[in-house]
Amino acid sequence: MKRKNSWFYFFIAPIFIALVMVIIVPLILGIYYSFTNWNGIQSTKMVGFANYVAIFHDKGFIDSLWFTVKFSIVSIVLTNLIGLSLALIVTQKFKGNHFLRTVFFMPNLIGGLILGFIWQFIFIKAFSSVGDLIGMASLKDWLATPDTGFWGLVILMSWQYSGYIMVIYIAYLEGMDRELLEAAEIDGANIWQRFRHIIVPLIAPAFTVNLFLTLSNSFKMYDQNLSLTAGGPYNSTQMVAMNIFNTAFGQNQMALGQAKAVVFFVVIAAVSLTQVYYSKKREVEL
Amino acid sequence: MKSRNNWRYLFAGIGFFLAIVWILPFYLMLSNSFKTKAEIFLNALGLPHRFTAENYPTAMQQLDFFRSFLNSIIITVCSITIIIIFSSMAAYALVRTKRKVSSVIFMIFIAAMLIPFQTVMIPLISVFGAAEMLNRVGLMFMYLGFGSSLSIFLYHGSIKSISVSLDEAARIDGCNRWQTFWYVIFPILKPMTVTVMILNAVWIWNDYLLPSLVINSPGKETIPLKMFFFFGEYTKQWHLALAGLTLSIIPIILVYFFAQRQIIKGMTQGSVK
Repeated sequence: MKRKNSWFYFFIAPIFIALVMVIIVPLILGIYYSFTNWNGIQSTKMVGFANYVAIFHDKGFIDSLWFTVKFSIVSIVLTNLIGLSLALIVTQKFKGNHFLRTVFFMPNLIGGLILGFIWQFIFIKAFSSVGDLIGMASLKDWLATPDTGFWGLVILMSWQYSGYIMVIYIAYLEGMDRELLEAAEIDGANIWQRFRHIIVPLIAPAFTVNLFLTLSNSFKMYDQNLSLTAGGPYNSTQMVAMNIFNTAFGQNQMALGQAKAVVFFVVIAAVSLTQVYYSKKREVEL
Repeated sequence: MKSRNNWRYLFAGIGFFLAIVWILPFYLMLSNSFKTKAEIFLNALGLPHRFTAENYPTAMQQLDFFRSFLNSIIITVCSITIIIIFSSMAAYALVRTKRKVSSVIFMIFIAAMLIPFQTVMIPLISVFGAAEMLNRVGLMFMYLGFGSSLSIFLYHGSIKSISVSLDEAARIDGCNRWQTFWYVIFPILKPMTVTVMILNAVWIWNDYLLPSLVINSPGKETIPLKMFFFFGEYTKQWHLALAGLTLSIIPIILVYFFAQRQIIKGMTQGSVK
């Protein structure tokens, strides 16, 4: 019996140790530190909920949380709308539809940091050139105001992730029973009716997956935020992930940064689990 | 039948128009990387009037391109190799033992997916710093930890569909568990191994935040870390920066060109399951 167990632990140990060292131990330590006056090297006393109370008086954090929520809602809706439209387009039978998939998907292979830099060039240089050409001064100095910075991030996110969301919708669209669609067509359903009453219910699981993906990608966004606006102007486009980083490594307030990180975890876990629960429930109803 | 064809043409037309919009950022990057600094200022949208490739050698030098490319390759290849070896082994052990402890361990791996990187980032860096592990080996070990959940989940799914009778046959022929796994089971998992490889490679190759915290010694930087060279200063050298960005993207586009079907399939599988 003993010999039987030993192989089991031998197979699991290496990666389980990695998980414990890299995620579980830091998670437990992090929760503990958030209740202390930890400065990155040592913690001398417990401070109870003082760090958590401080968070709610930290205007920078509240602003970044609010910005992240607004950004996530807008980009989740846009990315899914565009992604689904792209999927419906490229699943039509015409020459070149596979080439289109390749193009739409391409941004997802490149890191958010690099994409943010490319778009920084576009917003700063190309947009102002277009502004000069057509005489629209409002196209100048994008990224220099909070509003245009917001839309800059939304455009970047939608451009990058729509292709990813598209391939997931495609997977479900192609798995659909074509006979149902043909039957509906013969019965005289028009293109909108076929979409709303046949396609949408059949690909309901795709909504669950894609909402989850876009939600977690937009909520946790960091690289694109850093390279496109770096939080500017005056931290008005700073998202939560960047606020945590700057609190800990910029201002060296480790315990406060860690308390924010714990709040971040709780918010993401709560929102994601609620979303999956409700989407699964709706799948049945659609 | 006729109206159906009209719809199709409309869809195709919109599709190709959008594809042009999607490519525009890449076009702007590429065309401006062949312009002089002065010309970008005057003509950011059109093709270069006077084509110059001079930006590339300078950008290469400033990025220390070959070394940072090699650094990225070393870290990506080593990390995905250990992820594949250890996650497939662990998934096999978890599927083939019907004990309580295996389902508990599997649940821990899955639950860990919900934890955002920022939540563990600060203590992680302090623990690994204290252990003097803020180097490339430490980085690979961290990737093993962060990549473990999804990889084990994916392998777990495909090992479940392999019949136990295959294991039993191998065991009767005298294989031990180690041999059974590596000679009989692992080869059958090849399609899933390709998926796990692609998913982790795309993420690790492009990762910026973790290496920026872990790699501190000059000469060890990966490509994303080096990219800040062009964006750190106040006056931007756009002509060099765009050449640098183009250089960093070329390897990805080349791989994508040759393996696009597998890549798209792999990345879809990773999220749908």
